[in-house]
Amino acid sequence: MRARTSIASGLGRRLVVGTPFFWLVVFFLAPFAIVFGISLSRSRFGVPPYEPLWQNGALAARLDNYAFLLDDPLYLTALLNSLEIAALSAAICLVLGYPIALGVARAPKSWRAPLLLAVILPFWTSFLIRVYAWTGLLKKEGLINDALIWLGLAAEPIQMLQTDFAVHLGIVYSYLPFMVLPLYASLERQDMSLLEAASDLGARPWRAFLTITLPLSLPGALAGFLLVFIPAVGEFVIPELLGDAGTAMIGKVLWTEFFNNRDWPLAAALAITVLTLIVAPLAWLEHLRLKRSEASQ
Amino acid sequence: MTGPAAKQPLDDRPAALILEGVTRRFGATVAVDAVDLTVRSGELFSLLGASGCGKTTLLRMIAGFEIPNSGRVLIDGQDVTHAPPYERPVNMVFQSYALFPHMTVAQNVAYGLKQTGMARSERDDRVQEVLALVELDSFGRRRPDQLSGGQRQRVALARALAKRPKILLLDEPLGALDRKLRERTQFELVNLQERIGTTFILVTHDQEEAMTMSDRIAIMQGGHILQIGPPREVYEYPTSRTVADFIGAANLLEGTVASVEGRSAEIRLQATGGAAMAESDIPLKTGDAVTVMVRPEKIQAHRASTGAANELSGTVIDIAYLGDLSIYHVQIADGVRVQVAIANRRHADEAPFTWDDAVFLSWHPGDGVILIT
Amino acid sequence: MKRLSPWLMLAVVLGYVFLYGPILSLVVYSFNASKLVTVWGGFSTKWYAALLENDKLLDAAFLSLRISVVSATGAVLLGTLSAIALVRFGRFRGRFLFSAMTTAPLVMPEVITGLSMLLLFVSLQHAIGWPDGRSPLTIAIAHITFATAYVSVVVQARLAQMDRSLEEAALDLGARPLRAFLTVTLPLIAPSLIAGWLLAFTLSLDDLVVASFVSGPGSSTLPMVVFSSVRLGLSPEVNALATILLATVAIAAIAAGVLANRNRKT
Repeated sequence: MRARTSIASGLGRRLVVGTPFFWLVVFFLAPFAIVFGISLSRSRFGVPPYEPLWQNGALAARLDNYAFLLDDPLYLTALLNSLEIAALSAAICLVLGYPIALGVARAPKSWRAPLLLAVILPFWTSFLIRVYAWTGLLKKEGLINDALIWLGLAAEPIQMLQTDFAVHLGIVYSYLPFMVLPLYASLERQDMSLLEAASDLGARPWRAFLTITLPLSLPGALAGFLLVFIPAVGEFVIPELLGDAGTAMIGKVLWTEFFNNRDWPLAAALAITVLTLIVAPLAWLEHLRLKRSEASQ
Repeated sequence: MTGPAAKQPLDDRPAALILEGVTRRFGATVAVDAVDLTVRSGELFSLLGASGCGKTTLLRMIAGFEIPNSGRVLIDGQDVTHAPPYERPVNMVFQSYALFPHMTVAQNVAYGLKQTGMARSERDDRVQEVLALVELDSFGRRRPDQLSGGQRQRVALARALAKRPKILLLDEPLGALDRKLRERTQFELVNLQERIGTTFILVTHDQEEAMTMSDRIAIMQGGHILQIGPPREVYEYPTSRTVADFIGAANLLEGTVASVEGRSAEIRLQATGGAAMAESDIPLKTGDAVTVMVRPEKIQAHRASTGAANELSGTVIDIAYLGDLSIYHVQIADGVRVQVAIANRRHADEAPFTWDDAVFLSWHPGDGVILIT
Repeated sequence: MKRLSPWLMLAVVLGYVFLYGPILSLVVYSFNASKLVTVWGGFSTKWYAALLENDKLLDAAFLSLRISVVSATGAVLLGTLSAIALVRFGRFRGRFLFSAMTTAPLVMPEVITGLSMLLLFVSLQHAIGWPDGRSPLTIAIAHITFATAYVSVVVQARLAQMDRSLEEAALDLGARPLRAFLTVTLPLIAPSLIAGWLLAFTLSLDDLVVASFVSGPGSSTLPMVVFSSVRLGLSPEVNALATILLATVAIAAIAAGVLANRNRKT
């Protein structure tokens, strides 16, 4: 039973759904089945560098790779490390981004669009180059160390590049626009007469902010947090360029496993593990959030 | 256009629309429940009801945006139950007007004509003609966002009329206009309809709008049509408490039939134990539980008893001054109030009653309507 | 309008200093004559000249542009179709899976997307002989796949905002569905298609990780070449490239802003 006559019907409808559906099944869903399959095989020298799952008419699946992941603390450490770095960076983004978003949202109306555009603009330039910019600023003979020494704040150059500090900084810098955007949207939407009502009822500005503005902007803060956290967890470029060799983030570990060690099955097992432990819960969370914001509109 | 058919009595005209047992369910809820309806050609017909009563769903089934789960829709004798909207000889004025923002007024009006492949010169003439009809001849090159609300409404009307539909559907067409403009537009719409003779089916929640404009009104609730009739009939002779309550103000007094004589009956009122006279076409018998409905303006109030057969006594407890008239709330028993409307005819008139005055209320037996409870 | 409090004004100013400081430092150093990137050796445009002679970088840039145009166009096609299906078709069989597949790429770490795409291509080649090795084609397929999700989100937002009775009015006036879509829906969602195209273009042009997995020999994209040169240390030519990129984006943004402004006024 069809609910209503839609703008498309019959064949047209099937084409509209079918084309992207087919594409996504082949190029997005199917690969994960293949990744899972390869994660159960054994690595070898050759092309491709893994043994086929079917050998002599029997299934040669083994859980060796997963056992290895559990066995070597490197992987668990990297996983937890990624979560911690991503969460801390997202929290810093929130603290830095909030005043910016609030400032833009409370600016005169004609200023808001250009100010917001200026926040987004860096996103349209190369991500890689923006991260690279920090290497020039952070290194021992870089601009920041020069400035610190010139100001007398440091006696000798401080090691900043290739530290966890630099990784956090890089993430905050790269993803700050992702935090400002949803925060701005929720702050700008707020009815200013709420603040007038609070002040009419005797709340001082700071208190009105804490009791009215802040709680009402929480959905925006949550959205921003997730928008920063999600890409940061799997980040590769930032720890590679700004962190040191020991900075174990899961994206970098997977890259190394694949490109340097050429252990495809282990990389596949790692991918499946990250997928089930991190991506699936995050996707579910994002799904719930979108559903709720849809319902509230 | 069929030309004015106003002089021909309604019942003799051919049916423009017939609905037979039309039902539409959304999941577990039944939006429209087995509705039968016939709208005559050239009629201005209103579907009136509160939001969620099914009136809009009914209209959308006539337009073809919803397909009934069961029942049939016939337009001009043709079964169009399953026809898509673009194959039906009806056009709609949307509540939001739905004017295409990227087209000029003239392009909006020409849109439907283009789909039929009408020659360009004929199309241009037709666009000018309908724009003149709604007095927007010189606005063809404007865009919708350069028009006022009332002008947009008229463009929507012109666009829907351009194809000369068998039936024009109007979904709350005046809802977005302010009160003054709405009242003026009501009359303009009626005049227009009389001139071109097209069947109009109007959905509205505004009873005044339905009363002012319609030849007939269908009052809907919960997916059912409760009553169909001319405005005067549904106001004076409602057939149910819901209709009585929905259209205008109504005093509803419960009681039982004490005696019957032809059309009139004596009712013993539950609230006071006293008697009241009222009339009904429904056969009644002694002991039936009924409700007596009397409109506030049909009640006379006096300081002293007149000795009329259906007289109630009470105390004024509230007065609402509305300018043209005042509504007196009279308590006739604990928790039972009767509203009485009295016109304020003269400047100098003092209010005839004030708070706590004892008053006697009576009405002509024919003005009391008996409703089966 | 109340004045902005000085604290907020300061926060906004500092925020922009943080966002633009590092980028501007690249611009300044791109005109530095010294080979030592962080030591000022006088004004010079020699790195721009060097950039123009760097065939490897220019080839990569040209390849990246071609891949990005193809990817963005493909992603807009698929993303728009999926947005229409998700916003306009109500319930249909497989809707949950469909909606999951269009949102999942947004939360997928790039390394996993890259790895899975590569393993797919390897397996496909093994099984049916296609695709024949890794090439710009496989990069474009991978980019289309993840960019579709972004385009879909952008177009969905616009479609959901659009008054549905506009389409109904077109049908009511006798337009068949395809025609109603082409004459009413498409012109009205066009801005979101352009925004989606630009977003997909940028994502593709910017992508290092996925491309690294699915590119073959001889198909190095611009980010891959830049990455390998900056991994070896600072490279003044990259500064020059960054400056050109920034100028392009800034000019495009200002032009778009001016255009939008003029449209609003007329």
